[in-house]
Amino acid sequence: MLEFLTEFMIIDIFVSNFARLMSGLRFTITLTFVVMFFGTIFGVLLALGRSYGIKPVSWLCTAYIELIRGTPMLAQLFILYFALPAYGIRFSAVTVAYIGFTINCAAYQAEYTRGSIESVGADQYKSAYSLGMKRWQTILFVVLPQAIRWSIPAWTNEFIYILKYTSLAYIIGAPDLMTQGKFIASRNYQFFRVYFIAAIIYLIIVLISTWIIDKLEAKFKIPGFG
Amino acid sequence: MKDRDGPLLNIKGLKKSFGDNLVLDGISFSLDTGENKVIIGPSGTGKSTVLNCINRLVVPDGGEIWLEDTEIVSCSNINEIRQEIGYVFQGFGLFHHLTALRNVMLGLIRVKKTPKNEAKEQAIAKLEQVGLLDVLDSYPAQLSGGQKQRVAIARALAMEPKLMLFDEPTSALDPELIGEVLNVMKNLAREGMTMLVVTHEMGFARAVSDEIIFMEKGKIVEKSSPEKMFEQPENPRTREFLFKLDELYGKGGE
Amino acid sequence: MILLEARIELIRRSLPALLGGTVITIQLTVLILLFGVFFGLIFAFGQVYGIKPIRWFVNVYEKIFRSIPELVLLLLVFYGPPSLGIRISPFNAAVLGLGLRATAYMSQIFRGTFKSVGSDQITAAYSLGMGKYKTFLFVILPQAFRVFIPPFANEYAIILKDTSLAYALGVAELLRQGQYIIAVAYDPLTIFLAIAAIYFVLTFGVTRLLKVLENKLKIPGIGVEIG
Repeated sequence: MLEFLTEFMIIDIFVSNFARLMSGLRFTITLTFVVMFFGTIFGVLLALGRSYGIKPVSWLCTAYIELIRGTPMLAQLFILYFALPAYGIRFSAVTVAYIGFTINCAAYQAEYTRGSIESVGADQYKSAYSLGMKRWQTILFVVLPQAIRWSIPAWTNEFIYILKYTSLAYIIGAPDLMTQGKFIASRNYQFFRVYFIAAIIYLIIVLISTWIIDKLEAKFKIPGFG
Repeated sequence: MKDRDGPLLNIKGLKKSFGDNLVLDGISFSLDTGENKVIIGPSGTGKSTVLNCINRLVVPDGGEIWLEDTEIVSCSNINEIRQEIGYVFQGFGLFHHLTALRNVMLGLIRVKKTPKNEAKEQAIAKLEQVGLLDVLDSYPAQLSGGQKQRVAIARALAMEPKLMLFDEPTSALDPELIGEVLNVMKNLAREGMTMLVVTHEMGFARAVSDEIIFMEKGKIVEKSSPEKMFEQPENPRTREFLFKLDELYGKGGE
Repeated sequence: MILLEARIELIRRSLPALLGGTVITIQLTVLILLFGVFFGLIFAFGQVYGIKPIRWFVNVYEKIFRSIPELVLLLLVFYGPPSLGIRISPFNAAVLGLGLRATAYMSQIFRGTFKSVGSDQITAAYSLGMGKYKTFLFVILPQAFRVFIPPFANEYAIILKDTSLAYALGVAELLRQGQYIIAVAYDPLTIFLAIAAIYFVLTFGVTRLLKVLENKLKIPGIGVEIG
């Protein structure tokens, strides 16, 4: 039992591997932000396509969203990393990480955005059309601004999800925090201790992110609405 | 002051069904410039549908709607026509994400392509007209029902329409707030706006309208001046309905 | 270019192995769900009815187990016990690791469910003379059940997909079976698409079923929203 408790004495491992851990963390955070950025934009476009597009477009968007959300992220990464090379497309682990996570993120963001779009009341459309606004104007200036505000809680939740799931980069070898951790552990054989350090780092980053997000959400609220 | 021949709004034989439900069965009437008409009748008789057909939010199955020289049911530039018709309805429909001022400005900027500064001036003028200069920067959720409806009216007026449609504008308001909206509407009428109003507010109808149209089951049962309608209705159905209203609301609102 | 016939043949030959992997995946999912429901319910009660230290514990537990990536959790649970002298199989580590996470989320779902049945319902039931148990069985439970289904369906889908992470521990679940097959076959795409299809049917199919159940149980006029 005493030996188990000493598993939590991690300071020296942390200090001696600080540079490598920080490098992994930097990759993780960069990956998260880039994926969120492109994934959200792409997701909004998908949601618009699904809600307003002509039948074939709407169907395609729906199929994309349901298929990606209905299959594991890891399977999607594997397809990109292990299946494509047979067709001559050989992406690096880093590229696979960026593309794969973005594709996944877009599907989820699309679903959240669609929910918000559908919650914009019919009276909003009625008013806009009565003023002589065309459909695209109504979508751009009346529906989207409201739908996006409604989506923000879900979007920020997604940020936390992506942050956590970037750890999957470990499995394909992209140099994120977990991969660096594996590298360290494979040399000092302190698997539990190293991964425990990683866990604490994730915990701290997630708590900080959540705190920042809450502050931002409060700032951008429409007075009295939502 | 009429400067052209023929009515501003002319509706001929309007027909509309929703599924098996024949909601409008040959509605015909007209409005001259500056006239105000009120449509009354039991719920579900298609009164709102008439208004919704005029700005083609609902597409009629038959009949014609003429706004001056343009036939609305078949026209290809409905968005331009809608700019000529102001529409105020029960749920207000204010854009939640915009302040009162920006609600009024949106149509000017995006539809009429008015430059921002001009749009702002015009919007402020309209909001002043409805008595809401003090809530320019408030959001809809912060306003009372009466204020919301007045913003909706200002928003419609900002487009400088030829015709204003009101679909039960006060039905969703608490009693003490109804007056402020009816006052705005009365002022509009006095200033010569052509108005078509669906309402239960009999006091308003008597005070302001040139003609009252009683609709039931998709048809116009009777139309006459307020005095005649209330004192000597011809049709027994009209008499029945007015009696019922009398029981419920008393003779005339404010 | 691989012909369609060859692809179908490959899937046919791989089916036994894939189905074996699917069984493991389903076993993992069911065990994790049971774990999460059992402890989640206890934690939920603890948080709603418990004394302060218990409430504090559940809060901290949830914060921690919702912030740590699932993969890290799995690795910690796998590498931790050996230093206690306990050997834990990859399968059990997967169940425990993902179960600990599921507990945190299920506890929150249960709390939302408890909150959703208004206290006036309970007051009305008592006034009619229904005792505590009858009230619970005939008034609270039916309504709570309806509120419970959507988030539960969502959580089910997440857990099913997360079982693929057991790959990292070497568990012979569906994804790993796929990798074994690919090692000898030369058509990774077909296999992965077959695997994706299986996952899709398992998530989509079951959530659809749950949706049908939800619709059948729907009370007209009541919208169900757990924030």
